[in-house]
Amino acid sequence: MASRWRAALFLCLLMVAYSLANEAPAHETTESPNHEDTSTGNETSTGSHDDGHGDSHGDGHGAPITTLPIVTWKWHHVTAPYFVALWVLVSWLCKLVIEANHHVTTYIPESALLICFGFILGGMIWGADKVQTFSLTPTTFFFYLLPQVILDAGYAMPNKLFFTNMGAILVYAIIGTCWNAATLGLSLWGCHQGGAMGDIDIGLLQYLLFGSLMAAVDPVAVIAVFEQVHVNEVLFILVFGESLLNDGVTVVLFNVFDAFVSLGGGAIDAKEIVKGIVSFFVVAFGGSLIGFVFGLLVALLTRCTKNIQIIEPGFIFVLGYLSYLTAEMLSLSAILSILFCGMCCQKYINANMAETSVETVRYAMKVFANGSETIIFVFLGISAIDKVIWVWNTGFILLTLLFILVYRFIGVFLLTWILNKFRLVPIDFVDQVIMGYGGLRGAVAYGLAVLLDETKIKEKNLMVCTTLIVVYFTVIFQGLTMKPLVQWLRVKRAAHVDLMLIEKVQNKVFEHALIAIEDISGQIGHNYLMDKWKKFEEKWMSWILMKPSARKQQDRLFTVFHQLNLKDAMQYVNEGERRGSLEFIRNESAFVDFKKKFGKEFSDAMPDIMADMDDDEDGASSMRRDPVPSVSLEMHEQNMRGLRGAEEMNSHHLLEQHLYKGRKQHRHKFSRSQFGINQDEDEVQEIFQRTMRNRLESFKSGKMGVAPPKTITKHAKREDQQKMPNGKHKGYQSGDEDFEFSEGNSASGYDASFPVRPSYIAGAGIVNPAFMPDLEDWSPVHIPPWLADAELEEDPVAPSERAQVRLPWMRGHLHRLSSLRSSTRSEEQPGRRDQLPPPPPPPRPDREEDRL
Amino acid sequence: MFLISVSAAHLLRLYERFQFLDKDNRGHLRPEDFEAVLELSENPIGDRIVEAFFKPGQETVDFPSFVRVLAHFRPTEKNRNRDKGQPDPANSRTRKLKFAFRLYDRDRDGKISRAELLQVLREMLGMQVTEEQLQSIAERAIQEADLDKDGAISFDEFRKVGPLELGSAFILLTVRHLNDEVSSLSYWRSG
Repeated sequence: MASRWRAALFLCLLMVAYSLANEAPAHETTESPNHEDTSTGNETSTGSHDDGHGDSHGDGHGAPITTLPIVTWKWHHVTAPYFVALWVLVSWLCKLVIEANHHVTTYIPESALLICFGFILGGMIWGADKVQTFSLTPTTFFFYLLPQVILDAGYAMPNKLFFTNMGAILVYAIIGTCWNAATLGLSLWGCHQGGAMGDIDIGLLQYLLFGSLMAAVDPVAVIAVFEQVHVNEVLFILVFGESLLNDGVTVVLFNVFDAFVSLGGGAIDAKEIVKGIVSFFVVAFGGSLIGFVFGLLVALLTRCTKNIQIIEPGFIFVLGYLSYLTAEMLSLSAILSILFCGMCCQKYINANMAETSVETVRYAMKVFANGSETIIFVFLGISAIDKVIWVWNTGFILLTLLFILVYRFIGVFLLTWILNKFRLVPIDFVDQVIMGYGGLRGAVAYGLAVLLDETKIKEKNLMVCTTLIVVYFTVIFQGLTMKPLVQWLRVKRAAHVDLMLIEKVQNKVFEHALIAIEDISGQIGHNYLMDKWKKFEEKWMSWILMKPSARKQQDRLFTVFHQLNLKDAMQYVNEGERRGSLEFIRNESAFVDFKKKFGKEFSDAMPDIMADMDDDEDGASSMRRDPVPSVSLEMHEQNMRGLRGAEEMNSHHLLEQHLYKGRKQHRHKFSRSQFGINQDEDEVQEIFQRTMRNRLESFKSGKMGVAPPKTITKHAKREDQQKMPNGKHKGYQSGDEDFEFSEGNSASGYDASFPVRPSYIAGAGIVNPAFMPDLEDWSPVHIPPWLADAELEEDPVAPSERAQVRLPWMRGHLHRLSSLRSSTRSEEQPGRRDQLPPPPPPPRPDREEDRL
Repeated sequence: MFLISVSAAHLLRLYERFQFLDKDNRGHLRPEDFEAVLELSENPIGDRIVEAFFKPGQETVDFPSFVRVLAHFRPTEKNRNRDKGQPDPANSRTRKLKFAFRLYDRDRDGKISRAELLQVLREMLGMQVTEEQLQSIAERAIQEADLDKDGAISFDEFRKVGPLELGSAFILLTVRHLNDEVSSLSYWRSG
């Protein structure tokens, strides 16, 4: 039966109307309990009519049982959670459908598409029921959907960026929001007085109330849109931070005005107004304080959860939610509370908890936030299809839209103008335009509008309807045009696009130089306070809130070192597993088996490890020097004309991809749908590591100008890797005479792996002339036919550089190495040519020598 | 006598910074002092920048020289009516380019050789770029800029291909006080 229901729901998704007619009249079940009653009753009747199981679905307490039922139909028993789960599923399926095609989402923001899906779903429900049974209720939204979105925002907040721009964010969030609310309310009122609205019953206070609920830029909408247009991080944090904080502000404003409306115009005197202002600050700061306290609590808790690591990640969610509810209970700003809770605890819990727990928190946070964001948008769409709320008043609606847009721009320009007088880095005009245009309204406004009390405000439905229209307009239209606008403004800024290669490099150098200079000269002013805070933080907060072990690991160098080690280990394991297992570490004779089973892969890997080892000795990486036709210089000279175009593209692409980014170019770290170590982080670490190595080397070698070994940090780690090839090498020498019968009789891994050796020796030989003599000794060895083939087939284009990234041991290298090797041999041993594959394109040993 | 116009407030700030960097109060900075700036180690060419503060053969840099180097990074001023006879101010385009040029030209022979460029590239590009790719990039870059075909980039060639807009994002010394460049360094020294 359950499957039948599921099938029915699936049909619902497929817009089959009759199945809809049967099952749709259920209520959104996360609504308040009194609604639930009706919905359950509703459902019961439909259920019985639907499938004629009236007797069994009575759940026992209806009709007296005459016999023991084997299976009973208890639909209404599960109705509420069932519908919740189903709606979650349906919303997420919408997202799945949308994201299935990336072409669409590059042009149309996901949020807009989700809303459109909501329209469709809502239309289906409407078509079935003739009444909107599902809609986004304030309770659902504020208690079950919003908290995790905000918590995620807080937890993933780039704190440093946020606090460096704190002043501006606060100005926009507080003054900007008040400005928006006041101007919108007053202007609408003015227009009303002027007679633009026709005959509606809204007073000044109600206009102001409406203004306050419309004032806030919505974080959910903003993140959804701005995530897809990659703006600079300062702009992002300004818009994003503002949208987060002003949610708190707007809720406070809303409550204050709501109270005023309840009091009625006559009862408001100066005292009440002062009280309103005071309550505004108390609510906002009180909420933040609660969040702060809860954040510290989480941090403290995670200090001592060593023995219950399994539920460790749960604490942040539970306490975060508690901070939200606590603030709500004290009628403080819940949004600010949970936001600050997330922001405060992130550092400490990340340090305190086990790595797996941190990962879990991150992931779960994203699942919750992204999931509820999806649901919010879908339901925003669904809510629209409801005849009850659609009260059209052209004047009111259009004027609201107009004023919102206009006052947002005016507010941004005005405030920025003031801020720029104090900011060290002024916000330029383009950014201001984007900020103004990014004033998207969203679910918070809608939630607040629905919260309006119809007994006090006659035109509630008009307001809800207007709010919805504003939300749709901003999210869909502005969201849609945001990207083109950003691009268009960008294009204007950077007129010449095709830079020369050298220019690109130079720009980068200069950029880095600027950053370095900034670092050297120090950014005084901000840093003073920051320093003080840092000291205090290190001395007290960390001491109290962090595990002693975690404190130790605070050392940057250590973290980097640790992470690099981890990464290396992972690669090592991966590589080993690619070849079969890591057993060869413990037992070298395991090679025998490898050879037989995975002969090819194994032989591939060996020489590369060898060559990789060479890396360490040689300064510049040896294997990277072997010529790949397409990029090699000689080839380049030979048919420069032909290749030039493609190659240039290639090089530009390379530069584009791999030039280290300057600090300013780093993208904002917050992203709803992606997380994890972003690449920039990697880059920083890489640079850091290199610099440290260089310093160490220059420290060692004095100013001798000796080319130092390339990897010092990695040396230790490579030790075991080296052991292996070394061991092999020795083994090979000792087993020299046995060569001829190696494969068959020997159980020792050394001999069995013989056919492999030549290629790796050859690989080493390319770079290191010291190995050359060996080559001659090795001449009788067979070139494995697969190598010969592979070398012919090999793509002339260099293997994708990403593929080579961290895995120096790559097939491609081997082939190249082997090709060189075979040609060398062919010269030396012409007699064996018949057995050899056709010689590869001539290598360029002379070049190689040059580079040494 | 220095022809750097920096406001007194900026100088004061810089002096504080100088003292901050100069941990042992020696009155001059050594390379180690710079290396204590943590962010520099995250900068691929950080060491080159540090090097640029030191004249060849010198191990230390005093405050005036410190400021003189930093002054390269002030925004280039437009419509500056300067006397013909005077040398370029440090923040002129030419001087900025010269500074950048020296970042490449480590052996100070007035040319960026292929090896020098390669070295810069090696530092600037991720580890994942292979050596032969680096080489080809270097080769191409040289070809682009090398007008006289001598296989190296001279300063004249360098400035021709230089970026049109030189970064002037030097936060500390920029922005608001463009107009109140009252004091020069010499003034500060005498005062």
